[in-house]
Amino acid sequence: MENHNDPSGYWRANVRLILGSLVIWALCSYGFAILLRPLLAGIRIGGTDLGFWFAQQGSIAVFIILIFFYAWRMNKLDKQYGVDEE
Amino acid sequence: MSQYLINIIFVGASFALYFGIAIWARAGSTSEFYVAGGGVHPVVNGMATAADWMSAASFISMAGLIAAGGYGASTYLMGWTGGYVLLAMLLAPYLRKFGKFTVPDFIADRFYSKTAAMIAVVCLIVASTTYVIGQMTGAGVAFSRFLEVENDTGLIIAAVVVFFYAVLGGMKGITYTQVAQYVVLMIAYTIPAVFISLELTGNPIPGLGLFSNHVESGIPILTKLDQVVTDLGFTAYTADVPNKLNMVLFTLSLMIGTAGLPHVIIRFFTVPKVADARWTAGWTLVFISLLYFTAPAVGAMARLNLIDTVYPQGVAEAPLEYDQRPDWMRTWEDTGLIKYNDLNNDGRIQMYNDSGLGAAELALTNAETEGGDVGAATTAVEEARVANDTALDGRFADAGWAGNELDVNNDILVLANPEIAQLPPWVIGLIAAGGLAAALSTAAGLLLAISSAISHDLIKRNLNPNITDKGELQVARISMAVAIVVATWLGLNPPGFAAQVVALAFGIAGASLFPALMMGIFSKRINNLGAICGMLTGLLTTLVYIFVFKGWFFISGTANFPDTAEYWLFGISPLSFGAIGAVLNFAVAFAVSYATKAPPLHIQELVESVRSPRGAGGAIDH
Repeated sequence: MENHNDPSGYWRANVRLILGSLVIWALCSYGFAILLRPLLAGIRIGGTDLGFWFAQQGSIAVFIILIFFYAWRMNKLDKQYGVDEE
Repeated sequence: MSQYLINIIFVGASFALYFGIAIWARAGSTSEFYVAGGGVHPVVNGMATAADWMSAASFISMAGLIAAGGYGASTYLMGWTGGYVLLAMLLAPYLRKFGKFTVPDFIADRFYSKTAAMIAVVCLIVASTTYVIGQMTGAGVAFSRFLEVENDTGLIIAAVVVFFYAVLGGMKGITYTQVAQYVVLMIAYTIPAVFISLELTGNPIPGLGLFSNHVESGIPILTKLDQVVTDLGFTAYTADVPNKLNMVLFTLSLMIGTAGLPHVIIRFFTVPKVADARWTAGWTLVFISLLYFTAPAVGAMARLNLIDTVYPQGVAEAPLEYDQRPDWMRTWEDTGLIKYNDLNNDGRIQMYNDSGLGAAELALTNAETEGGDVGAATTAVEEARVANDTALDGRFADAGWAGNELDVNNDILVLANPEIAQLPPWVIGLIAAGGLAAALSTAAGLLLAISSAISHDLIKRNLNPNITDKGELQVARISMAVAIVVATWLGLNPPGFAAQVVALAFGIAGASLFPALMMGIFSKRINNLGAICGMLTGLLTTLVYIFVFKGWFFISGTANFPDTAEYWLFGISPLSFGAIGAVLNFAVAFAVSYATKAPPLHIQELVESVRSPRGAGGAIDH
């Protein structure tokens, strides 16, 4: 593959991926579920508002998706940069 | 068949299963004992880690906290799950690549310092031991209620059971036992929730039922709940919290505490490959979320069921007569976890928000009988009475309600849930087995972390580096036994309330261990001195902030300030301070490191190698 023997490139790609994931992580938990909840109050869901759903269920679902997305992307990066385990 | 016999059968059968697995998977080497030989599949390991993580706090207490706190208690749901995102991306894969047995192993090598490792060992032992106490007391409550023994006897039974399978099996035995325990606790948690959700909303999936319509009234169940609790003078269930800063920091503290707790981290040393460490974090969260999606439904529905029980004709009508109370209320009254006090002598149960009147009157009685500031207590009662009488346009005063008469401990909600919903006796037996599985699986994982810290980090690294594999295994088993005895003794003589103890464990893990591990991986510039100063800063500021409000070493009467919002720094509660401690840790570590010499070359190479998955191999000894 094209990127073999570029450890710092691999690490930069990893850190970029982590930063992107953590922005979504923070937005769904600290954002939608807590700080931005008043802004979402207009969106009703099952007798309450979207912020309440994010606080009690939505954020957890996002966390799961984020981890699997990260694991999948990293496995591809591992191979691309030739640092995967056999 | 009597309820007692059914409980015995369920609890006995589940224990027989755990013992069988422990004997089948006996550990023969230190590698099998500490990290199960490093050969556990991610899905299996995820399930075991989920059981390890979901403690008595998740199984027994969390739904009760949510029932009482409503939206505000979402902190626990997000905090105890969001940490896995941090683990999967910031810690687990690199620590697995590092490939040793314990968390202090990494601190010792990366910061080339026995002092740094010793601080990590102390943090690990204090955090884990305080956490074990919570599990032991949880198991004690479950045993005493369901096997109808004294609380202390229940605790000792719990200690003996943990002793056998943790000491015999080590990590290998614990991993497979925890898989069985996960299945038991999930079934036990889900079945009553499904019944209750069907009954209230017609939806068999509790997590969806929470956002469905209430069958009886035809309106959404959360709207219904908001109505009845506000009619009783409480804050609406879904109401926003005023102190957002504190909620954010509390959530963050729980998240980094989760990621920094050593008994969770060492689970990631048991997988064969670095990629598996990432998958394991994902699977763990999937298995945890099965309970966490159900918990908010259990909380909301239990609160509604409890109010329905006390106000059978609706909250606008007269409440239940005490003599007509259901059997579950009688049995739980025996344990002291439900208390009734007929303040207005009408023989009925008034359960509502009395603006603190009932509590103030109790304090006054105590002050009069045991000596105390009677004048201040009298003023407090008068103020609370005015608040009670003017609340909701004097509705409570007109009805002659003289204070809240029913105290229900949050911790009984899940255990009593099947009884409140009048489910068949076998469901109650199942809940007993599930609560014990949750408490014992976590206790075993914690004890393993403690024993490896003592035998591996303390004795092998510092006192006797030439100890044989067999000798080390023996020391590990002995230290585990000692840890069980200490935890049992502390469980019999608890130093503080469970919530305070949990704050301590998360505060220490989040403020000291998590930042040190993360900086060790993500920065090549942090040196030994920086890490030591950072960890000490995080640890000490967090401890001092907790002790100032909760009492020094949790000894009552030694607190410098009352533990209320107006005394907190910027409205930050002691429970939320771990996040601030972590920030201080990062800041000090960077400042000190950049003011002093960079780490030696071989350490920078170690960081490089930890970042690259290739060549991980199995977890190895020194």
